[in-house]
Parts: sequence; structure tokens; C-alpha cells
Amino acid sequence: MSILVDADSRVLVQGITGGEGTFHTRQMVEYGTNVVAGAVPGKGGQEVDGIPVYDTVGAAAREEDADTSVVFVPPAFAADALLEALDARLDLVVAITEGIPQQDMSRVYRKLRETDTTLIGPNCPGVITPGEAKLGILPGNIFSAGEVGLVSRSGTLTYQVVDNLTQRGIGQTTAVGIGGDPIIGTDFVGILERFEADTRTKAVVMCGEIGGEDEEEAARFISEYMDTPVAGFIAGRTAPPGKRMGHAGAIVSGGGAGTAQSKIDALNDAGVPVGDTPEEVVDHIEDVL
Amino acid sequence: MKLHEYQAKGVFADAGVPVPASRLASTVDEAVAAADEIGYPVAIKAQVQVGGRGKAGGIELVDDAEEAREAADAILGMDLKGLHVDRVLVEEAVDFVDELYVGVTMDRTEGEPVAMVSTRGGVDIEEVAAQDPEAIAREHVDPVFGMQPYEARKAVYGAGVDRAVARDVSSILGTLYDLWAARDATELEVNPLMVTGDDEVIAADAVMNIDGDALFRQPDLAEMEDEAAGDDLEAKANEYGFDYVRLEGNVGIIGNGAGLVMTTLDLVDHYGGAPANFLDIGGGAKAERVTNALDMVFSDENVEAVVFNIFGGITRGDEVATGINEALEGFDEIPKPVVVRLAGTNAAEGMEILNTDLVTVEATLEEAVQRAVAYAQDRAGATTGGSA
Repeated sequence: MSILVDADSRVLVQGITGGEGTFHTRQMVEYGTNVVAGAVPGKGGQEVDGIPVYDTVGAAAREEDADTSVVFVPPAFAADALLEALDARLDLVVAITEGIPQQDMSRVYRKLRETDTTLIGPNCPGVITPGEAKLGILPGNIFSAGEVGLVSRSGTLTYQVVDNLTQRGIGQTTAVGIGGDPIIGTDFVGILERFEADTRTKAVVMCGEIGGEDEEEAARFISEYMDTPVAGFIAGRTAPPGKRMGHAGAIVSGGGAGTAQSKIDALNDAGVPVGDTPEEVVDHIEDVL
Repeated sequence: MKLHEYQAKGVFADAGVPVPASRLASTVDEAVAAADEIGYPVAIKAQVQVGGRGKAGGIELVDDAEEAREAADAILGMDLKGLHVDRVLVEEAVDFVDELYVGVTMDRTEGEPVAMVSTRGGVDIEEVAAQDPEAIAREHVDPVFGMQPYEARKAVYGAGVDRAVARDVSSILGTLYDLWAARDATELEVNPLMVTGDDEVIAADAVMNIDGDALFRQPDLAEMEDEAAGDDLEAKANEYGFDYVRLEGNVGIIGNGAGLVMTTLDLVDHYGGAPANFLDIGGGAKAERVTNALDMVFSDENVEAVVFNIFGGITRGDEVATGINEALEGFDEIPKPVVVRLAGTNAAEGMEILNTDLVTVEATLEEAVQRAVAYAQDRAGATTGGSA
């Protein structure tokens, strides 16, 4: 078992003919992902490494029976690509693109609510079920199959923690980067409830960061609904208020909302230990396995 | 990106939102001439992007030319919460009987805009929100429909705005929402929205933040981006296209990916050091970006040591190593010690390429941070005399 993606997922890539799209499609296929189609307007009929390309997402999904899309479309056109993916009623859409205007995402989110599709991202590294399939840009070689689920707002921080887990012989069920933007398709709770329902996931690592209230909501969810043990990490303890720390969503407001301390306190109150360093998070996971 | 008050008011006025008569001035003489032209009393307001300007002495109300000269002289050139004031807005003082608050922002949890109205204007609205949340009427807006007139009325009447001005305030709120949507704002706020004795409504202050990711389709707003207003190093980072925030410590930090760079800052603090900056070189960085990043951090005179932490996903360790070598080989003497930690894609290749005569290499994040903190403390001790 795993969540969101496995070796049977039938994946299409939006933006497959672009530099990043082609490079990461190759990496995904090499990892074992079943990439069945690409969709790029005007490029229908071409092939990328033998993968057929269609002009529309609808045609790609219909002809190749795709259920999942990974989106590498540049920011100015990404919202349109996401709306097209939602229109095609796919099960899962993973948006890698960074820098999509907020108001565009607001409209995408509005449409998302009317569908049954799960959207991960944007501005995320993707999803990986080690040994089966990966969607996005995560470096496959640092992951190992096992029993720990991981959910994070940040890409490279995910790699750091996964590397620490793998080095200590702790494998992962699925790792999900939910994205660093203020408006994302699936929040921590959306992933935590899937890990809770997944019988193979024995513990969960949750990496949050400053900005917004997603971590606080996750803490409430954990204390009310989760039996699976969770260990946390929160980045941005030293971030000054009012400054955007790289991610569009990583900002402590002038009024003091969204601080690391508020999130750490909320998680601790929910019984979730929060590590001061990534290694300490792995210590907490070792304790519960 | 945050607009200055005078810029935001220009945008408001163009959209038909009433604002007080005003002139921008960068010298005392210009300020006095502007005040004479507008007619007394006028407000003289520092044009820097910090909250609480009034309390910090950045806003003065003056009744005649002599007072205008004194106030402009005091405010121009002053240091307001770390920012140098080089321009003032000279503005008609509005004789008000009531101060309201109206604003539009993105509710990130709901993923949709929310309009806010309160009769408790003129004070810090975040304090009002904390102490008396009921005093602010909130109305979520469907981003596809845009704000409907009834939604504006619902918020305005719901907040208890005086009936005599409720229609005008509703109309202004509708215009502000349209501006928010059309100009890719993330936050738009009028505090206070003043009500005069004649029941006129006028925007006495204006806050407008624009989504940096949407500037490609807001070229006129992009031109307003005021690089000179911030820190020199932050302006340089803008030029290089880095996400950069300057802090006050002495350990320079370069990394890839916001979460990991923040974590590196936190670890510097955890191990007893003080971070000098946040610098994210972004994904897929090539050698030139690496060189630019080192140049940035070296030019911060507070920095005593640098930790360079890369976990490659799309960023390749060999590219980063080449960039570090190129940057450092250009110096006769390395200005500040650099500790490097490479992991992930092509990390092994990168480690082989790195010139270890020029940098210290550590295997883990924790070790790299501890080493850089130790270097910084040694050097800081040495430069402050350290003869104990």
C-alpha cells in the first residue's frame, strides 16, 4: 500500500516537450513511473522517447487511459494547464511549477472544489512511492521503501530529512511535497488523513514552515483523528516578521501570525514532538517504530 | 512588492477612489512650496515602507509655512525603523468626524479573497482583530464572479457603517476590490477611510501590495518597484534574481530551496551562532549563480564565515562545485572561510571537483553549520582584539 501514486498509476505529463518536462519525464520513467502520454498544445502527434504527445489533456487521458498528470508548464500558462487537467477529471494532478500568480491559483482552487480531483502543489517537488513510482522532480536515489510517510511544504528540506531517514535504515511509504505557495491544492490535513488510512504507514514525519495556519490545523487533526504517531519539524524559527523567506507562503505577518513558535506549540500540544534539527526528527521516529 | 503610499494613492485616484490633494517632495523647499499650494493645514508624511510611521515621528500635521519647513526638515533624512527617508508626501489635512477601515486580502486557507470593513479605523487593525474580532465584518468573494454590489453592501452595513455614507463606502469597496483583482494585489487596505462633516468619504492612507509573481503582466507597477528603498545588498540580490533577506548575524548562508535555507539559518542559531542572511540560489543553479551568491555574501561586511549547503534535486553538485571553485580561484586570498556541504544529485562528483585548498568540506548539514559557526566566532574574537 501507498498513497496517491504507485506502479499502476497511468501518468501524463503536461509540458513534456519543454526542457524540464523532457528531463524529468526521463527521470520518472527511469524510476519506474508508468508515463503513458504527454500533452502540449500544438505538439500533438510528436513523441518524446516513444511517449505519444497530444494537443489536449482530454485527448491524452482518453486515448491512453491516463489517471494522473504532472504539470511542468511555465507560470504564466500554468493556471490554464491546471484548469484543463481538472476539466479532464483526472484522479490526481501534481503541479511542479513555481511562481503561479496568486489570483490565478485562487480561480484554480475554486474549480478544484467542484471536482473530485486531488491537486498536489503548485510549487512542489512532487510525490514518490519508493520502489514504485515518482511524480515530479524528487531525486529518486535518496529514497528507500519502508514504513514512514512524509509530508512537507519544502522540496530540499524533504530531501534532507529523507536522506537522514534512509541513512539510518528507515524507509518510506510515500513522500509528498505539498508546496510552498499560499494557495495549494492539498494541505497537511489532506495528506495526513491518507497516511492515517494507509495500513502500511507506521509513522509520519511532517515538515512545516512559517506562514499561514496549516500546521496549526494539522495539529488539531492529529490530536482528534490520528493514531499513527507523527514527528514534526518547523523551519523558519529565525525568520524576521514581514519578510518573505523564499517561498511565497513563508512569511510571518506583521501582526505576528504564522510564527514557527505558534506552530511548534500547537504540535507539541497535540502530542507531536518537534525536532530542533532534522536528525532529532529521525530520533523521534526511531523511538516510535 | 509593496507600493509606497503616494504610488498606491496614484493608482486609487486613477480608479476613481477619492484621495486628498497631495504632492511628493524630496527637499524642504519643495515640501514648503507644495504645502503653500495645497493650503494649510497639511500633513507631511515620510514615504518609507514601515508600519506605525505616525508613532515613530514620520507624520506631522502643520498649520503654516514655518511649521511645514520645520517638519519637512526633521522628517527628510531621518532614519525610520532602519529606513532612510528621502521623500515626503505633502497632503491636504482632512477634517474628519469618523475613521473607517476597508481592505481586501487573500484568505490563504480558503483560497479566495476576503473583503473587510470596520468602523474602528485609524488604529492598528490587527489589534482590533485580536481584541474584538466582531468589530470587523468579513465577506468572502468568489474570484470568478468578482465582488458583487450586494456583497459590498453586506460587509458595509454588517460592520455598522453610518447609513449616511454606507452607499458611498460600498461603492468605494467595490472599486477597491476591482483594483485588487485587476492589478494582481495580494493586499489592499485603506486605514483610515475618513468621513468628513459633509458626509464625504476619502482615503487618507493607502496600502497596496502586489504579487511579485504577477509583475510580468503588470508592467507599469513593475516599474514602480523601488529598489533604492531597501537595503543595498537586497537591491543587488534583486539584480541577481536571488531570494535574499538580510539579517544581523555574522554567519553567511547560501543554499537551495526555501525550507532548507531556513533550516540552515535555524541550525546556525541552534549551535550558538547568528545568521547574517537568507540566500536561496533556487533550483537548477549553474556555476554563474553560485559565483554571484558568494559575491553577495562576501560583500556583507558583517559576515565572518560562510556555510554553503546544497541538497541537489534539480541542482547538480558538480555544477555547484565548479561555481565555488571559479568564484574562489579569482581571489588572491579567500576573504572569508567557506564551509561546503553537498548532497543529492551528483554530490560525489561535486566533492571530487571542489578545491579543498579553498574551502572546508563537511559531510553533514549539522557538521557544516557547526564548523561555520566556530570559524565565525574565532574571527569575530580576533577582530575585536581578543587578548584575554
